[in-house]
Amino acid sequence: MNWLSDEAIARLQAASALPDLAGTRYRLIERVGSGGMGTVYLAEDSVLGRRVALKVIDLPELRADLSARLLREAQILARLEHPGIVPVHDAGTLADGRVFYAMKFVEGERLDMLAKRIEALPDRLRVFQRICEAVAFAHAHGILHRDLKPENVMVGPFGEVLVMDWGVAKILREDPAQRGDRAGIPVENSQDAPAETKPLRTAHGTILGTAGYMAPEQARGEIDRLDERADIYSLGAILVFLVSGKKPAPKAVLAISQKAMAEDRANRYASVSDLASDTARYLDGSPVSAYPENVFHKVARWTTRYRVAIGLVLAYLIVRALLLFWLRR
Amino acid sequence: MTEDTKIGGASGRFPATHWSAVLAARSDDPAERSRALEAIAAAYWKPIYKYVRIRWGKSNEDAKDLTQDFFAKLFEKEYLDDFDPAKARLRTFLRICADRFVANEAKAAKRLKRGGGATHASLDFDAAENELQRADHDMQLAASSESMDDFLEKEFIRSLFGIAVDKLRRECESRGKLIHFRLFEIYDLEADGARKASYAELAKEFQIAPTDVTNHLAFARREFRRIALDCLREMTASEDEFRREARALLGVVPE
Repeated sequence: MNWLSDEAIARLQAASALPDLAGTRYRLIERVGSGGMGTVYLAEDSVLGRRVALKVIDLPELRADLSARLLREAQILARLEHPGIVPVHDAGTLADGRVFYAMKFVEGERLDMLAKRIEALPDRLRVFQRICEAVAFAHAHGILHRDLKPENVMVGPFGEVLVMDWGVAKILREDPAQRGDRAGIPVENSQDAPAETKPLRTAHGTILGTAGYMAPEQARGEIDRLDERADIYSLGAILVFLVSGKKPAPKAVLAISQKAMAEDRANRYASVSDLASDTARYLDGSPVSAYPENVFHKVARWTTRYRVAIGLVLAYLIVRALLLFWLRR
Repeated sequence: MTEDTKIGGASGRFPATHWSAVLAARSDDPAERSRALEAIAAAYWKPIYKYVRIRWGKSNEDAKDLTQDFFAKLFEKEYLDDFDPAKARLRTFLRICADRFVANEAKAAKRLKRGGGATHASLDFDAAENELQRADHDMQLAASSESMDDFLEKEFIRSLFGIAVDKLRRECESRGKLIHFRLFEIYDLEADGARKASYAELAKEFQIAPTDVTNHLAFARREFRRIALDCLREMTASEDEFRREARALLGVVPE
């Protein structure tokens, strides 16, 4: 047996870990990143001549339940055709037995990295609204994300906002629009659901989701109780992340996040649309439902909203007064 | 998607079709036990030899004796009966056993040669020493900066990959695919520090089409990976342990 140098071992490791794309239309370009479920590679679709992202299950994790979960993620993405959700192009099994799916390659930046460079609060809130729109669309199709956090949001070079990583999504109900000849994705709300469709806990028994962004009921592992309000909690945490900075966040915005993150989910927004509407009202200078105003607050908001008109009127009155004063002299 | 995958097997259950030396080492069948212990010794004797040299600062000759005696004792005393895969990795267990053994031997200040040939695997200590000398500089650095567990893991991977390369060579020879192996050898094993030959250059050298170079290399790498993972599975006792070890073997580290 020849001695293997460290360099040779590194090459063998790299070659062994790479997905075997033999017999597919894809040519590997480079590894992009990895997560709990697998690794994402940049590849070229040799038929269409475009770059795609391939999400491939890691070889050591090649288990039936994880393979099923990755395929399920692809099926969920295929169901959610929305500008704020990365489109899936293809799915299958590679020659080495690994399940993969191909999706649009998003050349953007993760929100957690980008946020500090978005200076103006209204710009941050507009990004937040785009996230809400994508999540509201998923909810309308009966799907919970369950792992919403800044790391799972990409912002593209043209300001497009995409919600990524639907690997632990939960299907609340079959989407009526998808019924027909197409095979449905297993709905995960039954005690009888097979183990492969109960992904809330990993093989190591940890609860899926991210501390700090996870609703209390999700952190407690109350799988069957989760509904849209779990995602609303996570959106509230994202809002806190977005408005935290050097300047203190406006009270009305904090009130919106606090309502979204209420410990008792009955006190949260009933829907993501309600949360987005409250944010839109704040941007518009209108009263937000989460922030009961007294007279002073109303006056302050009113003057802020109409500051240009008020300024013009005040300027007019001052000029008029000066004119009168000068004529009477 | 509920079928077992080729490599992973059923979720949470170690596939019965894969032979595990760790489990077989506790078999009641002496032939099965012997086969298992030989497999474990084949994968671990070099890492243990190097470990004894580095960790205990033993001379070449002392380390040879200690390694041979250690594996002989491992077999005789049925140490592996005490190994619980749920509590530790086999590698860690062997390291602890080796530490105890070397410490006890030092106390006794006299080693007894134990039944030569009790280990049936032929141990080429000269080759192991050469390896140690070839990597001498790096080894000393490694020993000073890494934990001994990391050192042993690195050497175990080197040993297991070496076994897999040997098996791949034999398999390619028996299947008339020597060019496949040679390409793999040139491209993945021998290219240290030198400019890698391009696929076109390799195609010219072997008088085949460049696409054949791509396909042959893909074949050899695929087979190498299969063999290496099969060897690894022999050294593990459960699906969880296999996955943990496979992550280390393939250098897959989640971000």
